[in-house]
Amino acid sequence: MGEFGIGQPVRRKEDVRLLTGGGEFTDDINLEAQVYAAFVRSPHANAKITAIDTLAARSMDGVIAVYTGQDLVDAGMGVMINDASYTNRSGKPMNKPSRRIMPVDQTRFVGECLAMVIADTPAQARDAAEAVEIDYDVLPAIASTAHGLDKDAPHVWPEFGENLVVHWEYGDQADVEAKLAASHTRVRVDLVNNRLIVSPMEPRSAAAEYDAATGSLTVYTPSQGGRRLQMTLARALLKMAPEKVRIISRDTGGGFGIRSKMYPETAMVAFAARALARPVKWRGDRSETFVSDYHGRDQINIAEMGLDANGRASVLKVETLLNVGAYLSENGVRLPMEGGGRIIPCVYDIPNFYFSVKPMFTNTICTDTYRGAGRPEANYIMERLMDAGAKALGLSREEIRRRNFITQEQMPYKTHLGFTIDSGDFDGTMQMALDAAKWDSFEARRAESAARGKLRGIGLSTFIEGAGSRPVEGMRMRFEEDGHVTLFAGTYSHGQGHATVYAQLVNEFLGVDFDKVKLIDGDTATSPETSNGTFGSRSSMVGGMGVKRASEAIIAKGRKIAAHLLQTDAERVVFEGGVFRAQSSSVTLAEVAAASRDAKKIPEGMALGLDESVVFENDVENFPNGAHVCELEIDPETGMLEILNYVAVDDCGVVLNPFIVHGQVYGGVLQGVGQALTENVVYDADGQLLSASYMDYGMPRAAHMPMIEALFNVVPAKTNELGVKGAGEAGACGAPPAILSAVGDALSRLGVSHIDMPLTPERVWRAIQEASIVKAA
Amino acid sequence: MDIDVKMTVNGKAVSGKVEARTLLVQFIREHLRLTGTHVGCDTTQCGCCVVHVDGVAMKSCTMLAVQADGKAITTIEGLAAADGTLHPMQQAFRDHHGLQCGFCTPGMVMMGVDIANRLPGADEKTVRHQLEGNICRCTGYQGIVEAIMDASAVMNAARS
Repeated sequence: MGEFGIGQPVRRKEDVRLLTGGGEFTDDINLEAQVYAAFVRSPHANAKITAIDTLAARSMDGVIAVYTGQDLVDAGMGVMINDASYTNRSGKPMNKPSRRIMPVDQTRFVGECLAMVIADTPAQARDAAEAVEIDYDVLPAIASTAHGLDKDAPHVWPEFGENLVVHWEYGDQADVEAKLAASHTRVRVDLVNNRLIVSPMEPRSAAAEYDAATGSLTVYTPSQGGRRLQMTLARALLKMAPEKVRIISRDTGGGFGIRSKMYPETAMVAFAARALARPVKWRGDRSETFVSDYHGRDQINIAEMGLDANGRASVLKVETLLNVGAYLSENGVRLPMEGGGRIIPCVYDIPNFYFSVKPMFTNTICTDTYRGAGRPEANYIMERLMDAGAKALGLSREEIRRRNFITQEQMPYKTHLGFTIDSGDFDGTMQMALDAAKWDSFEARRAESAARGKLRGIGLSTFIEGAGSRPVEGMRMRFEEDGHVTLFAGTYSHGQGHATVYAQLVNEFLGVDFDKVKLIDGDTATSPETSNGTFGSRSSMVGGMGVKRASEAIIAKGRKIAAHLLQTDAERVVFEGGVFRAQSSSVTLAEVAAASRDAKKIPEGMALGLDESVVFENDVENFPNGAHVCELEIDPETGMLEILNYVAVDDCGVVLNPFIVHGQVYGGVLQGVGQALTENVVYDADGQLLSASYMDYGMPRAAHMPMIEALFNVVPAKTNELGVKGAGEAGACGAPPAILSAVGDALSRLGVSHIDMPLTPERVWRAIQEASIVKAA
Repeated sequence: MDIDVKMTVNGKAVSGKVEARTLLVQFIREHLRLTGTHVGCDTTQCGCCVVHVDGVAMKSCTMLAVQADGKAITTIEGLAAADGTLHPMQQAFRDHHGLQCGFCTPGMVMMGVDIANRLPGADEKTVRHQLEGNICRCTGYQGIVEAIMDASAVMNAARS
């Protein structure tokens, strides 16, 4: 392990370019003779479209074209795909509406695209978009998750006769309820997992150009890897051969789950470029991204747990309502089952489990994957239950967890929904967090705060993740004549530092200089055929293992060539540190790479070149886990809350680059802090989005956090040879329950028994006031 | 009606004809094609577009190009030395992992330089509050705050 190998805190290759203004985000790309798109969006959450008049818009200065939903139908544009398939226990299949790129006769959420204008300048396109006249017959709308399944709720899709997508169930409800009733102690939590706006800093945008001579289309867009977008756009929407559609993401300003999806605007920009045979560009406003980017979370969970007198939980019932929005996005409906379902009941061994999920349609933009994608919700349920159980039984919060953890002896541990947790030291990880946070001496600090009139609390969360989903990914490695090595990946780094980490791996496995390794990603013209992209904390495993497999194949080939050059048998050749040796003679990898290009220098019958293309395929995911401790102080006069100390201990297996993984932890924690403290999507009763800008939506700022202390408890994964577990989403799983646990601790002495996210000063203040009124009465 | 503007950008005299409504950030990005300065919102909240106007941090989406007439503008492209040596703030962002996706980064770096200029030796709490107008979604701000404090010390030492 050298200075640039596995485990080293290597500084990033990506940084100098991004720090000097050299980034190439989609809006930075300008195509020769480009024209601009603007969209007309629905102002209503539910309305029949009775007429669209584009005449005035078409006659305005600079306007080249105006398209409506009907124009796209007439042009043969396909519909958005969704391959989710769930069935009610009655055997009735799920309700599955199709989504057109633009609707023709009815709009179902505020912000839905209803027409597109193409003009010479962005300002002309916007002006003309305002001149498109649409007549609506406004219908009653429903946005609320709590009331979406009410009998009198308006139906988003009247043809289904209900807003319920499907009632999905796991386990034996009657048996679990009987066991709950028979439990020594039974605790219940009613939780709102608040809807969030994912909000990567680069607004959604697209630019496309079409070469009529070759019939090929190139689309620039922020993404999390282009292959899946290419397939959707080509096959489902534009009806083109995939090889004629190229997706390029040079730089992408954050993803967090929502960038791995095809959006109507991207498809329409591509459509217009093809229809007009002119480059077309669009950069979304922030308010457009607020109304039309997929949102995250939005669940209501009612959960009950039954414990014995010793605090051992043996029975669990979880009922989840999920707001999927007006349509089915690619993954939204799956999240409780295939996201959170991988792990629930999380780090705890609870043998009896009933799980009910009711996804529902509402007149809102769809929800989909957001950092953690179902796992933060599952962990939040379990952690709130454990805190409730501790309180009910008079146990400490760490002790009740200790009594219920899945132990290392129980691993590999099969989860209820059929996944297998291979490794993890949950008790040891929790203990590290408690020690680092000085948990045992907290009461002195509470007293010190109390002397100043402040309420201090400390909170704990333990959590587990399922990372590395769809574990199949290609990787290509090419040796350049100047001695450089180029990696072509289908994973796509949009902030994670893959160019750095993959180069560390090439350095580790092949001894190639770190500076001589270059990564090319974000381009379907060069990425491996088999590719899913970057999401679900998968790239360390699938990309890292791809580099390892390719390196192994290269070494095997290289030994044969080296043996040929050294006039010995391949079995006698040893490869180490970039050098092939056979007794006293040796030849470097670079020399072998050079020789491999010359048929005279390689064994007869061997193909030229050292380059390799591999597909890594794994049967299983990996299970990163951790423990967070949060200490905070509340001003009871104002409800203001200040986080004073934050410890995050992660078991993300073998750490490839601690400098980068710490960054993932810090970022994930702050997104969790945002959910817990400041972020909340608010639709009014008519389905208008009230939190539609950074002035109304509480993005966490630098002042919301102190420095986080991030530590590792390394338990290598047993299911991949690198021993890695994905690190990207853990922070967002651990932070909300740790913060809620701390607030619960600070307020419980006042008699506050329940509070929901986000913990705005107003909410905290009200909870304190209501508790003191109850006490006084 | 187009209006003539002249200003200095990264030490070079530039001029152009703009519509009265053209924002400084549009002039920088679309007329000068200096795309390091980013647009991240419509409401002057995110800070991705921060540049220096006569040495002071300014959100370039909040200023018309005509208001910058005659002024000296520095963008992220003009911060490093001519030989490519990074400014201490850029170097510190690299050393402290103050960036991930890199989209908010130009604004953060330009704001960081401004904080270091105005408040040499500012403590962590002050730096965090000074960043109220800059949003980052990736880093949790930790590396950014560390970088600004570190570079501030380096810049301070260079001044004395």
